[in-house]
Amino acid sequence: MAVQLEFEKKPKLVLWVMDSLLMIKRSSTHIIRNTDQLLGTFFQPIMFLVLFATVFGGAISQALPPGVTYLNFLMAGIIVQTVAFGSTTTAIAVANDMQKGIIDRFRSLPMANLAVLNGHVISDLFRNGISTAVMIVAGLAIGFRTNANFVDWLLITGIVLLFTLAFSWLSAIAGVMAKSIEGVQWLSFIVVFPLTFASSAFVPLEGMNDGLKAFAENQPITHIIEAIRALMLGWPVGDHLWIATLWCLGIMVVSMVVASWLFRRKTSH
Amino acid sequence: MAKEYVIEAKGLKKSYGSNQVLKGVDLKVERGTMLALLGPNGAGKTTTVRILSTLLSFDGGKVSVEGYDVVKEADKVRSVIGLTGQSAAVDELLTGRENLVMMGRLYRLTKRSAVARAEELLKEFGLEKAADRPAKTYSGGMRRRLDLAVSLIATPPIIFLDEPTTGLDPRSRLAMWAIIKKLMENGTTILLTTQYLEEADQLADNIVVIDGGKVIAEGSAAQLKGKVGKDRLELQFAGEKQFAEAVKALGKDVADKNEKDLSVTTIIKNTSADVRKTLDVLAKQKIEFESMTIHKPTLDDVFLSLTGKQAKKPAEKKKGKK
Repeated sequence: MAVQLEFEKKPKLVLWVMDSLLMIKRSSTHIIRNTDQLLGTFFQPIMFLVLFATVFGGAISQALPPGVTYLNFLMAGIIVQTVAFGSTTTAIAVANDMQKGIIDRFRSLPMANLAVLNGHVISDLFRNGISTAVMIVAGLAIGFRTNANFVDWLLITGIVLLFTLAFSWLSAIAGVMAKSIEGVQWLSFIVVFPLTFASSAFVPLEGMNDGLKAFAENQPITHIIEAIRALMLGWPVGDHLWIATLWCLGIMVVSMVVASWLFRRKTSH
Repeated sequence: MAKEYVIEAKGLKKSYGSNQVLKGVDLKVERGTMLALLGPNGAGKTTTVRILSTLLSFDGGKVSVEGYDVVKEADKVRSVIGLTGQSAAVDELLTGRENLVMMGRLYRLTKRSAVARAEELLKEFGLEKAADRPAKTYSGGMRRRLDLAVSLIATPPIIFLDEPTTGLDPRSRLAMWAIIKKLMENGTTILLTTQYLEEADQLADNIVVIDGGKVIAEGSAAQLKGKVGKDRLELQFAGEKQFAEAVKALGKDVADKNEKDLSVTTIIKNTSADVRKTLDVLAKQKIEFESMTIHKPTLDDVFLSLTGKQAKKPAEKKKGKK
């Protein structure tokens, strides 16, 4: 053997972190190389933003508080909706690994296998971050104006990141359990669509019937949207911010535990 | 020197629900040798390999690899084995080089070692030109080679090859065989599964024949062939008249005859004496034959006599595992 091999001699915990970093690098490379998905990352948010603003803008602006443009109202909703949909790619990426032989390869290596999930979730954070940034820039270009100061932006960034992590972990569960890629797509579709539409993402809650309104008012997505919207438009934030934070942390922790447990169970029999 | 077994399984049992896939499999692989696990589809080959490589739990028996318990010391086992599965397990979107370096790092190689070793393997496996192309652009044979290279990245002393040539064209199969032979020269211990008798015959030091989750025979290729068989002499005749005369003349020496092909087969125990005797009988009666062939028993014969089933020929393509 020509090459003399040297092995890392570091504590286990450091090696586990290195495994996760390697997996993040891998998943991020996937995002960059997967050109179809990359187009989606850039253009889907812009398309949604422009469509909603122009198609619904005229009709809905009547229902808005005086002085609020629909575009300014919509911004928070469309960001959360885009992130919610974007996080379902975690499910697809995880399901892809589980269905193909590559998961057996990882399992036959002396690595920490959970790093595979970490890699997909964290790299999705990057992708969703890019999507959100693209959308904000596009919004500013077509007339979105904000009263947010630096601290507000920090809070907005924090809540969007937390929300992305929470939903990516949630969708990781779907990815681990799925029997097929199509199955995952449907599963995330029927969860994410009702959740984002039955919220204050696109319309004020006032016009909804009582049952729907009661659901929309109390579900996490509405709190998250309202928190971001208030921070952007300089409205009083009220309870939304901490309720939203608690929801995100709760979903994240529970999903993380469940996804890891399912993953371990699926990969150790 | 006492024999040293690096892979040992005793009474290995595995069931899926009521379906017992392994019914007590025993096998041993001596250091630096290759054992071929030979059997038809569904015999339990892949299940056995998955258990030995820590991917699957089992219901009964004892398994150790390099002295480590595959359940309790799975991590230690994983650091001394390389696994090449049936479906090439490489990352499609990463390049060949990226695949190798990443897997090397996951084997705990330092970055410098991983990069250097990747370069070496790319050269050795004829993948230099394709090194920086995503693996999804590779042909079937290239992908298999990359897959094998990946499992060799940390030069593990033990390699599991699960049907490494299934579905490959003849040229790629020969290239794969050459690589495997080189591994053996370097002293790697190998457990190979295959449905191709020719492959086991060509490569392996020892063969374990498995069918229906049980070991039905084991030994070297020569020993297994010895079990079924003697050499056979097959004579082909030009016409029905000669054929009929020959059958009559040879009498009870005829082991097999085929009226359609006009061929007669006799068993040869002692090559020169028996062949001469048969030819003498024909010569005395002036019966001419058209051609003569001596058949050595093949592993196919072994397989057939052990399982009652015809073994697969390499040309047939196998469906993916369930």
